[in-house]
Amino acid sequence: MLAKRIIPCLDVKNGRVVKGVNFVSLRDAGDPVENALVYDKEGADELVFLDITASHEMRKTIVDIVNRTGDAVFMPFTVGGGISAVEGIRELLNAGCDKVSINTSCVNRPDFINESSKRFGSQCIVVAIDAKQKGKGWEVYTHGGRRPTGIDAVKWAKEVESRGAGEILLTSMDRDGTKEGYDIKLTCKVSESVGIPVIASGGCGSREDIYQVLTKGKADAALAASIFHYREISVKDVKEYLKDKGVPIRICTRKGDHD
Amino acid sequence: MIAVIDYGMGNLRSVTKAFEKLGADVEVVSSPKQLALADKVVLPGVGAFADTMEGIRKRGLEGTVREFISSGKPYLGICMGYQILFGESEEGGDHKGLGILKGRVKRFKPKKGLKVPHMGWNRVSFKKKECPLFKGIADDSYFYFVHSYYADPNEKNVVAGATGYGTEFASMVWRDNLYAVQFHPEKSQEIGLKMLKNFIEL
Repeated sequence: MLAKRIIPCLDVKNGRVVKGVNFVSLRDAGDPVENALVYDKEGADELVFLDITASHEMRKTIVDIVNRTGDAVFMPFTVGGGISAVEGIRELLNAGCDKVSINTSCVNRPDFINESSKRFGSQCIVVAIDAKQKGKGWEVYTHGGRRPTGIDAVKWAKEVESRGAGEILLTSMDRDGTKEGYDIKLTCKVSESVGIPVIASGGCGSREDIYQVLTKGKADAALAASIFHYREISVKDVKEYLKDKGVPIRICTRKGDHD
Repeated sequence: MIAVIDYGMGNLRSVTKAFEKLGADVEVVSSPKQLALADKVVLPGVGAFADTMEGIRKRGLEGTVREFISSGKPYLGICMGYQILFGESEEGGDHKGLGILKGRVKRFKPKKGLKVPHMGWNRVSFKKKECPLFKGIADDSYFYFVHSYYADPNEKNVVAGATGYGTEFASMVWRDNLYAVQFHPEKSQEIGLKMLKNFIEL
């Protein structure tokens, strides 16, 4: 049986790991590759690097980080942030990441999803959707959560799937940085509406939150940043907790995986 | 020397890095001449079925790959490098593969709750425990998968490992010197590296 994935996220700015709280206040906390090594040892199932570097000149640094990460860990990882051209995707994939996550550029020009998935395969195109509650539904935001688009998140999720996205990284803007738990309703609604995997993000404050989003929220994977980043809890602890509660989870041992 | 075949589809870095980390003498090759010098060959997996076959044919590698496999030297196919060993695939219309193994590559049928691509960590149940690539690895270990199509071999006696995802499919085949896996050992942390080490030591 396919295991549910636990994915630590590293926000990277100018080559350093930071963690945003509601996308605004940032605290500096270390070297991305060092962080990746820690998560690799703890048995994380994948990693996500979210590049929040604003300036174009600094964007080469993320390629360097991808290169160095690929030299150090042998696990899948995704890079997101500021990707707007097929050439940029090619550069990142060649540097050694497995998937790229794209948000704003897909909303601006949805054909970009078709073009990139046709070129590189759906499996490496993750569409990131930042959603905020509006009335009974949720609205898609772009530009790192700063710009509302008027687009319904569930409709958009279906559209990105039909255009060739291989996965959705769904962030609740309302919950992001609050540690009040994932938006279960949003996650469940999106996950049930599409046939591609959904990674839930935004609001994780405890292992129970992760349990809820993987069960009630029907997410295929749970992404979290601060709880792992500030060592409030380890990936290993989360995974053991989930396994005890009957969630299909991969527990790592040196020789193999026994239950 | 272990040759990793470059057929123009990009990212071979993960596979070569993994072999380098394990101390193997590894080279990326793209010509029949270079390939003929190899002791072992790895065909990694990226891109679509038809593009992969075209990339191999365009470089004049199809015959060389066949010859290499019939020479008896160890060959490892990964993901798409596994699927193209079969006769045909339904990915993007019907396309012919190398036909070294009999069978067809099919798409996972959508079912409620069954997401496609099959993405993430799943178990490989050993059907041929004596397979040398399993040495030191526990039965039912988790490996990393990412694919929307799976191979359905006609000859079930080539199946070395099986994985359940809606249906039980052949996630690994083994016949003499021919080894091929649907999952990504180069992305499967320690267990995956162990499997590659076993391949180096063949």
